[in-house]
Amino acid sequence: MKLLASGNEAVAFAARDCGVALGCGYPGTPSSEILDEFSKAGGCAEWAPNEKCALEVAIGAAYTGARALATMKHVGLNVAADPFFTIAYSGTPGGLVVISADDPGMASSQNEQDNRRYAVSAGVPMFEPSDSQECYDMLCAAFELSDKFRSPVLFRMTTRVCHSQCVIERRYADNPMAQKATCFTRDPKSNVMVPAFARLAHRRMRADLHKMAEINEQKQFVIEKNASTGLGIITSGISYQHVLDAVPEASVLKLGMTYPLPEKTIRDFAAKVKRCLIVEEGDPVLYEQIMAMGIAVENKLEEFRFGELNVGRIRKLVAGDDTPDAPGAPGKPPQLCIGCPHRKTFEVLRDLGCIVSGDIGCYTLGVMPPFCAIDSCVCMGASVTVGLGMRHTLPEAEARKVVSVIGDSTFLHTGINGIVEMVYNRPATGHVVIIVDNRITAMTGCQENPATGRKLDHTTPAYAVSLENIVKGIGVDNVDVIDTTVETEKFAEVLKKRLASNDCSVIIARRPCILAMAKMAKMGKN
Amino acid sequence: MDKVTNIVAAGLGGQGVLKVTDILADVLFRAGYDVKKSEVHGMSQRGGSVSSEVRFGTKVNSPMIPVGEGDILVVLDETQLDVARPVLKNDGIVITPADVPTDKLSSPKALNVMLLGALSAKLDFLGEELFLAALERAFPEKLHAANKEMFLLGRQC
Repeated sequence: MKLLASGNEAVAFAARDCGVALGCGYPGTPSSEILDEFSKAGGCAEWAPNEKCALEVAIGAAYTGARALATMKHVGLNVAADPFFTIAYSGTPGGLVVISADDPGMASSQNEQDNRRYAVSAGVPMFEPSDSQECYDMLCAAFELSDKFRSPVLFRMTTRVCHSQCVIERRYADNPMAQKATCFTRDPKSNVMVPAFARLAHRRMRADLHKMAEINEQKQFVIEKNASTGLGIITSGISYQHVLDAVPEASVLKLGMTYPLPEKTIRDFAAKVKRCLIVEEGDPVLYEQIMAMGIAVENKLEEFRFGELNVGRIRKLVAGDDTPDAPGAPGKPPQLCIGCPHRKTFEVLRDLGCIVSGDIGCYTLGVMPPFCAIDSCVCMGASVTVGLGMRHTLPEAEARKVVSVIGDSTFLHTGINGIVEMVYNRPATGHVVIIVDNRITAMTGCQENPATGRKLDHTTPAYAVSLENIVKGIGVDNVDVIDTTVETEKFAEVLKKRLASNDCSVIIARRPCILAMAKMAKMGKN
Repeated sequence: MDKVTNIVAAGLGGQGVLKVTDILADVLFRAGYDVKKSEVHGMSQRGGSVSSEVRFGTKVNSPMIPVGEGDILVVLDETQLDVARPVLKNDGIVITPADVPTDKLSSPKALNVMLLGALSAKLDFLGEELFLAALERAFPEKLHAANKEMFLLGRQC
C-alpha cells in the first residue's frame, strides 16, 4: 500500500503495524502528530502530564512484555532524562522506543540542542531516519533491536523529517504484527536498579553495545554510494537528502543507525576517498566519534553548526565558504490571535509595569508588541520558580512587581512543584502566579490535557483535574478565578491587591482558546 | 523526466496555504510522480508568514527547494511576495491574487482554491479531473460545488 505520509504519520503507521500496545507522550512541536495519528489508526495512545510520566508509563508497559512507544520533542527528553538513563541499564522485556523530535533552527523551540548526544551519553542505540519511508522501516527495525537486546532505542527525528511528506510503502499494513501476550515475570536482578544489580546491568549494557555495533557493520541501515574518489561525505538524517542534491558527484556513506557506529564500515569508506567530510546538522556528534576511532575526517566549519542545513548551505559547506547567507525580507512574525484570551491579561501586566517571568506556550508571544510583557522564558515550568528567585534577591520595591505567568498544560507539566517551592520557601514579599488557563494545550495544535476532561481522542470523557483544588491543597493564601477578557478591571484590581500584600497568591485567568473552540465546534463537541 | 519541478505556496497563517500544497501533492502522487512536500508547523500557525514547498519528478531527494530554484510561486497575500521571492528562479512564474477574479470569490476563504485553479493551468499535463477529484477529497461535501466553481474560475486565467 503506497501513500503520501509525513514522517510523523509514517511512525504512527509503523507503530500500528508492528504491534505497539501503548503510545505515551507529551505534545511538542515537531513531535505532536505522532500520537494523534497512532490513535486515529486504532492505536492506544495517551497524553501524559509530562515527558517523564510518559516515558515511565511506557517503561511499565514494556516491563509486561508489551511493545511501547514514548514520544516527545527534544527538550522533552531533558525532562525524561532521569528514567531514560537508568532504563538504558535495565532495559525491558518488551520493546521500548523513545522518539526525540529535534528542532534544528528552532522553528518552534527555545533551543536547538542535539539529542544524538543522549544516545552516546546514556548508552542507548539510536536510529536517524532521513525521510518518511525510513521512519516507517526504521521504527519497525528499532523495535526488533529493542526486543533482541531488551534495550530501549532512541529514535531521533528532526523537524524536516517529522513534517515533510513523502511517498511511502506501508509494507506491513496487510500483515500487521499482533500485540504480544503480556505477563509479569519477577526478575529483580534485571529490573530493580539497586547498586548491586545496576553494576551488573551497566556491564551488560556496554557489552550489548559492542554486539549492536557488529550488527551495524552488516550494513542493513547503511547506504553507500561510491562515486568520486576525491570527495567522500559521511552523513545521516535529513542531511543525506540534501547532500544527494548538493554534491551529486561525491561518494556518500549514509548511516541510519548512528549509535553505536559501524567502525569498520566507516574506516573502509574513508580510506577510499582523498577528502572525507562529515556533513551533519547540529553538533559534531559523528565527527567526534569518528575522530576518536583515529580516522582522519574533516569537520564542517563552525558556521554550519547553527540552524538547519539545506542544499545551498551544504554546497557552501563543501566549498569551505562560511560567509553567512544574505538575510531575506523578514516574514510576518506569529502573534496572539485576535480574540485570544491571553491578550487582556498581558495588557494589564504591561500597564502595571510588572516584571513577568514567563513560560512555554502560546502566551510566550506576550513578549511581542504591543504587549512586550514577558521578561524571561527558560523552559517548561520555570516561570514559577524563576519568579521566586527574583523575589528573593530583588530590592523590595522591584520584588513586588514580579509575576509568574504559566499556562494550564504547562502548570500540570512541571509548574506544580514550583507552587510547592513557593509556599515552602516563601519570599518576604510573597508572590503572584497567574495560570493562564485556556482549557487546552494550544501552541502545539490544541491537544487535550489532564484538566480538559477529555482523553487524547477529544471524545472519551476523562476526570478533569481542578487547578484551583491543586493550588489550594498545596496551601497558597489566595486563589481567584477571573475571565480577564470580560472582567479586565476586576483582574487589574485583584492583581494590584495581591502584589501589595505579602501573600502567596494564584490567579487563574480562565477563558477557552478561540482556536480550540472552533476546532471542537467542527468536531461537534461542546 | 529527470528534472525536479519546484512549486512554492506562500501566505499568512489561516489562509489555507498548506491546503493548496496538500491538494497539489495528492494530485502529483496519484499521477505517479515521486513527491515531497515540506513546511514548518508550529509558531507559523499564529497569523505569521507561512510557506510550503512541493517538489516532484521521477526521484526527489531534499524536501526543501534550494534558493533560486523554484519554478512557480503562488502567493495568497501580496505582502508575502518579497518574503518568498528569493526561492524563485529568475524566469520563474509568479501567481498572485491579482491574477484571478477575486471579485467573484464565494468567500474570502476560497482564495486558496481559486489560486490552485490558476496554478493547475500552469501544470496542464496533470489534467483537470485529477485536481477536481483531489479537491473533493480535501473538503466536506457542502463545499464541493462552490470549490469546483472557484477552481475553474482560477483555472481560466
